[in-house]
Amino acid sequence: MKVDFNIDIHHLPRVEGHGNIHISVKNGTLEKAQWEVIETPRFFEMMLRGVSAERASFLTSRICGICSISHSLASIRTLERAMEIEPPEAAKTIRLLAMHGETLQSHALHLFFLAAPDFLDMPSAVPILHSHPEIVKAGLLLKELGNEMSIATTGRATHPVSLVLGGVSKAPSKQRLKELKEMILKRRTALDRTTDFFRTLSIPEFVRETEFISLRNGKDYPFIGGDLVSTDGVVRDENDYLLMTNEYLTDFSTSKFTRVSRQSSAAGALARFNNNSRLLGHRAHDIAASFGLEPICHNPFMNNIAQLVECHHIFENAEMLIESLLDDDLQEIRTPYKLKAGEATGAVEAPRGVLYHHMETDDKGKVLKADCIIPTTQNNANIHYDLQALAAEAVKDGKTDRETEKLCEMLVRSYDPCISCSVH
Amino acid sequence: MNHLGFKIDKVKIGSFDFTCCEGCQLQLANKESTLPAFLGLLDIRNFREISSERHDDYDIALVEGSITRSDEVERLKAIRAQAKVLIAFGTCACFGGVNNLKNKIPQDEAVKVVYGDKKVETMPSMKISDIVSVDLMIPGCPVSKAEVERIVVGVVTRSPNNLPKYPVCVDCKQKLNTCLFDLGEVCLGPVTKAGCDAVCPTGKTPCLGCRGPSDDMNFPSFIQIVKEKNLSLDEMQEKLAFYNGFADYLDHES
Ligand code: SF4
Ligand code: SF4
Ligand code: SF4
Ligand SMILES: [Fe+2]
Repeated sequence: MKVDFNIDIHHLPRVEGHGNIHISVKNGTLEKAQWEVIETPRFFEMMLRGVSAERASFLTSRICGICSISHSLASIRTLERAMEIEPPEAAKTIRLLAMHGETLQSHALHLFFLAAPDFLDMPSAVPILHSHPEIVKAGLLLKELGNEMSIATTGRATHPVSLVLGGVSKAPSKQRLKELKEMILKRRTALDRTTDFFRTLSIPEFVRETEFISLRNGKDYPFIGGDLVSTDGVVRDENDYLLMTNEYLTDFSTSKFTRVSRQSSAAGALARFNNNSRLLGHRAHDIAASFGLEPICHNPFMNNIAQLVECHHIFENAEMLIESLLDDDLQEIRTPYKLKAGEATGAVEAPRGVLYHHMETDDKGKVLKADCIIPTTQNNANIHYDLQALAAEAVKDGKTDRETEKLCEMLVRSYDPCISCSVH
Repeated sequence: MNHLGFKIDKVKIGSFDFTCCEGCQLQLANKESTLPAFLGLLDIRNFREISSERHDDYDIALVEGSITRSDEVERLKAIRAQAKVLIAFGTCACFGGVNNLKNKIPQDEAVKVVYGDKKVETMPSMKISDIVSVDLMIPGCPVSKAEVERIVVGVVTRSPNNLPKYPVCVDCKQKLNTCLFDLGEVCLGPVTKAGCDAVCPTGKTPCLGCRGPSDDMNFPSFIQIVKEKNLSLDEMQEKLAFYNGFADYLDHES
């Protein structure tokens, strides 16, 4: 039967920010599938002009409520590289622990509150609270643990207080660190329950080959700084971020699109996994294998599983980081510095993928020029072309408009897009 | 639903975001241990971020973000027409927040910096009360979940909602923090409304005034302190302008 239908999803629910999906099928063939970001732009790159180096990270953290620590650290790294400031080792460890907290919180939020309802055919996590209370409880325990890690390391769960130029302004107390370690050990059962739950879900089979971009520094599963690499073999220096993004504008989206070696590319948990799986902790590695996740995986729906695998990695690695902080006297946490003119890029792996900030300062350390390229921006083109391939496949398989609509929504949510962030 | 022995109806609530980072809405999902109980108080009618169900029969509207586009003005007016109680939720909604930093240059120039020659609609950032009347304000960048719980319960039980009148310094001193002024930094704690538990100075970074002016403060004597300590007035100005909470004061002093 030759079908005709239109799918118009205005303000897609259960994603951060505002985006639309438009699909039209005529005579049984896909005519158009489009991913439109209609979020109101905020102009942070403009707001940053004239802001002093010490204030910049407090401004950029407000780009995103979910990944404020990543934005703060991307700015701090940019400015430290521009002014040749080397933070002390203990501060670097505290920052990494802060990134882990944010990623755990963000992944838990996405997996339980945004993605899980799709798999269970429910409008939100609220009814899941009644149908699967122990699952939601496990999700909340993970999310809370992530937030506690962020609070202990930065003073607050959203919009960090003590991440500053030169290091951190305050270190967590030993007592706090011990409590955090206890909490991680206790909450392993919640993580295991979560893992078992995800085994019961059926992940759609869909493959469209693409290029995965992430950081790589060879020594740890990357969260802060390193080379920019792709699964197509591209390797670039952190400062050459522009060659890794090639931002361009479309006439249907307020968020920019990017590309590297192909029509589109992807960033995020799956991209990090595809480029760095060797560096995962043992347990995370085994969990990946048990889900049949291996590099290079081209199924975007598996980004959900890659996030789960990263939660396991964070549990293992955070414990090690806390151990090393407990062995440190935590006296040296901030390097004195002189503000000066400079220019550099700072890249971090935010929960949703590699995030670039680039800044130029004057001799008083005021920001002259800034550029921020957000993970979701780097996924827009991939989402757009995935939607076309997925919708075409669904129509070919004789799926109804409702089935196609649901699959398309699930696809977009699998990327865990952070739209307000992408239109900064 | 019972509260202090009184039977109360669940409150029909909607949450709406405009130009912002959505960090304030995110706080609603924090304090995980009391989250199921807090959700039990609410009948969530419209909350796009977490649910695909949408109904327009809410009584309380939480409005997050500032206004920077004409479609937002229309959407906000429709929310005002529906809501019995409209709450400006967070610093962006209450004062404009960091978004107002883009008002320092002409808007077409801002567009050029970010989008080049592409035409992108934007207007100077405005706080919610510039467009519609606001019944309650919950400031904070982000809001504090404890305060939100207190205020929402207050609305449900029809008890008065008061934010602290005193400044951040009061809470900061109770925590026995070393004052940042003694470490040579300008801190806005003396002029900013308390209620955040002095979270920034407790983390050894200066208060940037996200909660706006305190009722009980003396602005001229604050400036006097900055001058006496020989600290930078430029830095003070930059901090006062950060969240736009002190716009009225900045006009007098420059
Ligand atoms: S007030 Fe702050 S946390 Fe809240 S939405 Fe605005 S920028 Fe985000
Ligand atoms: S650090 Fe700031 S808030 Fe604390 S007492 Fe000093 S001026 Fe007040
Ligand atoms: S200390 Fe100041 S800037 Fe920090 S949260 Fe409180 S009012 Fe806002
Ligand atoms: Fe940008």
